[in-house]
Amino acid sequence: MRCGAHTNPGRHGACPWCGPSGRAPRPGHHNAPPSSPVRSNGPVSAPPDDCLARNEWICGAYLSTRRQILLDAVVQHLQLTFLSVLIGLVIALPLAVLARRWGWAAGPVLAVTTILYTIPSLAMFSLLLPLYGLSATLVVAGLVLYSLTLLVRNILAGLRAVPEETRQAARGLGYGPVRLLLTVELPLALPAAMAGLRIATVSAVSLLTVGAIVGFGGLGNLIYSGMNTYFKAQVLTASVLCVLIAVAADLLLLGVQRLITPWTRAARS
Amino acid sequence: MSTLTAAWDWLTDPAHWPGDDGIRHRLLQHLLLTVVCLILSCLIALPVALVLGHLGKGGALAVNISNVGRAVPTFAVLVLLLLTPVGRWGDGPTVVALVLFAVPPLLTNAYVGMREVDRNVVQAARGMGMTGRQLLFHVELPLSLPLLLNGVRIAAVQLVATATIAALAGGGGLGRIITAGFNLASTPQVVAGALLVAVFALLVEGVFEIAERVAPAWVRGSR
Repeated sequence: MRCGAHTNPGRHGACPWCGPSGRAPRPGHHNAPPSSPVRSNGPVSAPPDDCLARNEWICGAYLSTRRQILLDAVVQHLQLTFLSVLIGLVIALPLAVLARRWGWAAGPVLAVTTILYTIPSLAMFSLLLPLYGLSATLVVAGLVLYSLTLLVRNILAGLRAVPEETRQAARGLGYGPVRLLLTVELPLALPAAMAGLRIATVSAVSLLTVGAIVGFGGLGNLIYSGMNTYFKAQVLTASVLCVLIAVAADLLLLGVQRLITPWTRAARS
Repeated sequence: MSTLTAAWDWLTDPAHWPGDDGIRHRLLQHLLLTVVCLILSCLIALPVALVLGHLGKGGALAVNISNVGRAVPTFAVLVLLLLTPVGRWGDGPTVVALVLFAVPPLLTNAYVGMREVDRNVVQAARGMGMTGRQLLFHVELPLSLPLLLNGVRIAAVQLVATATIAALAGGGGLGRIITAGFNLASTPQVVAGALLVAVFALLVEGVFEIAERVAPAWVRGSR
């Protein structure tokens, strides 16, 4: 169990894995309650009357004083999301192709991914705890399992939707199975696969916040510590950033989809 | 494997079942939360979806609301609610968040079901002189039932998952066994709680699966 991983010492006292000497919130630390201006030495000054001290929801001072913390959380959020969706894609693609090739494999593959998807995220992360401990790997592994479900389902649906005539025409032109897959079937399955990728990415961005339970939740860490200290500005800012990341990722993937499947637009107009 | 046996020992230890923090109480809490919130969200979402679907209005809203629901983190909503005045009502934040996340799939599926009813059938019913109300209850509702019930199933599974996360924000339910396990640094308890939650979620899914199999053909639809 790693100790530095923790960011949730707040209300419940010291973190059990770090012992009583664990990281207690100190003034200026992002876990510290915002209204603690009194210093132990020197004259007691009146508390500053800014939005941090008043614990307001929207606070410009929060953004300027905690810029680095926010930036680190956003970077962690992006890294973990990207990594899990990428690994999910790398595993899902062959699974979907195999399930398409051998009809008997489709049933079990879909059943297993559906069962995985039914397990709530908190339980999924907890079930992986004995395997990975309190690590970023645990969160990534959990998210990979979720994105796997969405990706396999959508890629398989896309492959199945390729018209039989198209496949036969390609075979008639002398295409082998590999060339058929790479140059005909996969490109035609792209729109459905990209739709799955978008859903998987948006879900991963939002589910990652639950990773705060093991200290690797990106912006979820800030939400968790903000909850323990009733720090409204931090919770709201982190939540809004999270939604913004999800929307930006969705739009980005939509743009990529338009770029790599120009024929879908031509057909519609 | 040793962790699994330890988790099993934790689960079968009779000392962990009774009491306010016991497994039995948490299980009941989880079940109660899921059922009550499912009924609440059905009462909110279904009338709206049926009326919108019948009138053929608000389609963009009904479809986009489920995309929005996916992008907003459950955990963030739970914490935000906890810090608002709603947080003082005890289970208030949990119930509100659960309903918020169960409404989108219900709304979208019921709306799409209503719109997918064969337009020819609707016109035939109109031609026979059915009023709007008769059309809604005797034609459109029965025909859209399969998709509508699929929405209920998705919502139920979503509710179980959200109720688990609610434990992170101080709510009740089986998730509390997991969070308590984390606070005690007890991996067996964390795994035991996770197993309980996973089995609970799969049971809910299974109940709907069985209900779908044994339902009369017109409820199941053609799919």
